[in-house]
Amino acid sequence: MRKRVIEFHNFSFKYYSQKNPTLKNIHLNIYEGEKVLIVGPSGSGKSTIGHCINGLIPFSYKGEMTGSLKVMGQETKELNIFALSKMVGTVLQDPDGQFIGLTVGEDIAFALENDCTPQKEMFEIVKDASKMVEMDDYLPASVHHLSGGQKQRVSLAGVMVDKVDILLFDEPLANLDPATGKYAMALIDKIQKETNTTVVIIEHRLEDVLYRHVDRIIVVNDGSIVADMSPDQLLTTNILEETNIREPLYIKAVKYAGCKLTEDMHPADFNQFKADLCRKNLLEWFEDSNPKTPSKEGKPILELKNISFSYSPGHETIKDVSFSINKGEMVSIVGKNGAGKSTITKLICGFEKPSSGSILFNGKDITNETIKERSLKIGMVMQNPNHMISKHMIFDEVALGLKVRGVAEAEIKERVDNTLKICGLYPFRNWPISALSFGQKKRVTIASILVLEPEIIILDEPTAGQDFRHYTDIMEFLVQLNRQGVTIMMITHDMHLMLEYTERAIVFAEGRKIADDSAVNVLSDIDIIEQANLKETSLYNLALKTGIPEPRKFVERFIEYDREVRQVGSRDAILY
Amino acid sequence: MAAEMLSYIDRKSPVHQLTGVTKLICFILWSTAAMLTYDTRILLFLFLISILIFIISKIKFEEILFVLVFILVFLFINNVAIYVFSPQEGVKIYGSSHVLFEISGRYNVTLEQLFYQLNITLKYFTVIPAALLFIVTTHPSEFAASLNRIGVSYRISYAVSLALRYIPDVQRDFRNIARAQQARGLDMSRKEKLPKRIKNAASILAPLILSSLNKIDTISNAMELRGFGKNKKRTWYSARPFQKSDYFAIALFTILFIVTLIITFHDGSRFYNPF
Amino acid sequence: MKENNLSIKTIVAIGIGAAVFVILGRFASIPTGIPNSNIETTYAFLALMSIIFGPVAGGLIGLIGHALKDLIFYGSIWWSWVVVSLLVGFLIGLASKSIDIESGEFGTKKIITFNIVQVIVQAIGWFLVAPSLDILIYAEPANKVFLQGLVVGISNMVTVAVIGTLLLLLYAKTRSQKGSLDKE
Repeated sequence: MRKRVIEFHNFSFKYYSQKNPTLKNIHLNIYEGEKVLIVGPSGSGKSTIGHCINGLIPFSYKGEMTGSLKVMGQETKELNIFALSKMVGTVLQDPDGQFIGLTVGEDIAFALENDCTPQKEMFEIVKDASKMVEMDDYLPASVHHLSGGQKQRVSLAGVMVDKVDILLFDEPLANLDPATGKYAMALIDKIQKETNTTVVIIEHRLEDVLYRHVDRIIVVNDGSIVADMSPDQLLTTNILEETNIREPLYIKAVKYAGCKLTEDMHPADFNQFKADLCRKNLLEWFEDSNPKTPSKEGKPILELKNISFSYSPGHETIKDVSFSINKGEMVSIVGKNGAGKSTITKLICGFEKPSSGSILFNGKDITNETIKERSLKIGMVMQNPNHMISKHMIFDEVALGLKVRGVAEAEIKERVDNTLKICGLYPFRNWPISALSFGQKKRVTIASILVLEPEIIILDEPTAGQDFRHYTDIMEFLVQLNRQGVTIMMITHDMHLMLEYTERAIVFAEGRKIADDSAVNVLSDIDIIEQANLKETSLYNLALKTGIPEPRKFVERFIEYDREVRQVGSRDAILY
Repeated sequence: MAAEMLSYIDRKSPVHQLTGVTKLICFILWSTAAMLTYDTRILLFLFLISILIFIISKIKFEEILFVLVFILVFLFINNVAIYVFSPQEGVKIYGSSHVLFEISGRYNVTLEQLFYQLNITLKYFTVIPAALLFIVTTHPSEFAASLNRIGVSYRISYAVSLALRYIPDVQRDFRNIARAQQARGLDMSRKEKLPKRIKNAASILAPLILSSLNKIDTISNAMELRGFGKNKKRTWYSARPFQKSDYFAIALFTILFIVTLIITFHDGSRFYNPF
Repeated sequence: MKENNLSIKTIVAIGIGAAVFVILGRFASIPTGIPNSNIETTYAFLALMSIIFGPVAGGLIGLIGHALKDLIFYGSIWWSWVVVSLLVGFLIGLASKSIDIESGEFGTKKIITFNIVQVIVQAIGWFLVAPSLDILIYAEPANKVFLQGLVVGISNMVTVAVIGTLLLLLYAKTRSQKGSLDKE
């Protein structure tokens, strides 16, 4: 029989600060050398399971624990966090919080330093570990010159130096662009095969994790385990849909087409998936669909003309970029990390001044207007809501921008109340912001910009870190705003968001605009996908694989159909 | 906002080759000596030596020019202020008065006052190159290891390392937050009235501070998970072994330090009195 | 701190606190309109950290933050003022136990206590220690440095009173128990 490395037995946990237990009577065994994926919506308790395995619970987060949890055969509560960290290596979600050293070498060596390893030995171990994650050329590099993906690899090397038995990844894909995410999964797979470590991945982006083989998927919902089975088996059930986890798109398409999935069709691995068996259903479903309404033409509201910009002389971050956004459009800005997407939005909002070129708003040159002047026309919502919130109460936070502009008290109340209603936050108006979830906080920051009535809203990663339900909530909310005439621009790494919600995508690579086309076209152009670190959609590949003519139309058809189905289902969720 | 900051400048020079520990010890000895003494001869001598070390370090003058400009402006204002507040300080210290030319009563320019202010300026000039050199020739990674080596507990040494690690991150967050708040109309520049400016400042600082406090939680978890604080000691990846030149440099600076103290205090006054 | 050693959280608080101190000290000063004299927001932040993390953390944030700020941006350390930052951080931190900000309660009584403490502490620091050290180390004229100390001290007292209190209030509220919140 295989050796059990993690054993939860009738295990429950309740945080002191909370009323109800987060984990309820968990039974779960994980075996040596296994690769297990734990999925679940936000607040389901999946991260708490992770904290229990690496010892942050009960040693850092306090609470009531009952039942038994053994790691490598030892009861965790009888160990200490240091002993556990020798067995379980954790790669956290936030690459900046986890990267503690000033250079790559130092950070990898951190655990060794704490063990008082002699320097000579340390150099060797660090070298080996860095080779494993393909960072050996970067040992002296400073943390500030690394990309998110590189930081994550360093963190992985940093836990590998301990020859841990179990590797635990807490949302490893959250901060990566699609291509980097794929690479990360491949690397994890390679390392596991080389070292025979047990790998536990906590993630809600299921399709991206399934890019490489996974032995078992555990579905957590509301503190309990609702499924524990092989990926192939899980995908034939409705469990994912019921727990609000996004299924791989090609699976969803096949299901919409009414094709019955079975385990021996190997649905979890796209390359092995016997999609042929569903060909007939797919073709019928495709032909059934109505052609899409052509997109509307509008007047340009924002125009960038030959914009160039550099943070330091001699190194241009933005090179001769021109594009225009029409009134009422909803547009995605995509590209790899560091391609200049955020810089472009900063230039639009006036946070930075272009070195050449001009910006027009409704035909009027605004290149020399200040941040404050532009903020009445263009609103910017930052990625991290905590970077914008400075008041304690929701009402005050949303009212802040109006107050400092000297708007009359009665008008403030009216406008804030209206905005809160639009944003579905009105019932919470007297709540402290600290009591809100991340997604709700995000909504507060959107409200605080919206209340200033800008004509364009720019959002940086509006759905980062959100589970499927919150993703849908936020995006449907943005769609409603868009229908009311607000022009929306979004920076995103989420390929599906771009396909599903924006007709047009502007693609950046190395500071240049490399494409400005419909989202579907962008994602079926291999050249652009590679240059901008994007990822092709499995829908398109499914169409190719099953020989459906006009794969692009197939993708469009899916998006349209999926939207309709889900809107019916999520209408209650939008209004709470 | 694009303020420049001093940071490590990578060069191959004898000064760079010294370990961080050596440079830290030398820097401390030097600063202490320069702070204690007011002997013009010693200050002049130290100043010349620091210029010499600066040349050896191969750091280019342009690379630190922006700081020098700032310091010169500061010194100028400071000198003016000293003169305005205490034009006869030199006379008081040296106990004689040679009036050079008269302005009016108290504000008559004396040779003693000029000499006193020259001393003050010289003193800054002696301290500054050493500190500048220390920061631009010591790799920040060596900082913590060096502090630990000279007896500071490794926990506190590591706090210094963390500060250096996260200063650029905090700066980036601060810029982003300040601008986003500005876009909502919160301004802390001269355009607003003072009381409002202060209130707005609190609204700009709040997100920065609260998110930094969150960061503290994440980082302490990460450090704990990787065994920080497990032992009474720790080793350092980036510490460097002592070379002959290190012992030589420390010996030299110690001698310099002692000689300075002897010359300064042998006659019971920190000041050299040529009058 | 229950253990003898500083806890990891305190160490990190010192590191991050010092980093924030550096950035605020350099970038987040409010111009008063009088040339060359800005209102420093740094000490409001230092006071907050001292109250949250106690005297040792407060003192070390002041020491490390101020010394690094001087080194990185000005290329030399003004020790006399660095010592004052150390002292202010440490002494305000002594009030952390009685204020107990983690309880989430920061009422009028505590606000008054906090402000009495910060005014006394800063008076000692800016009116007494800073000028004395300036005279001792740099032999600057007494009347100049005492006036300097007076101006800086008063402006810092005011900022800590306004911004420091606001920050503490905000922080206290984030600590409060969630209680029974209802939609209206």
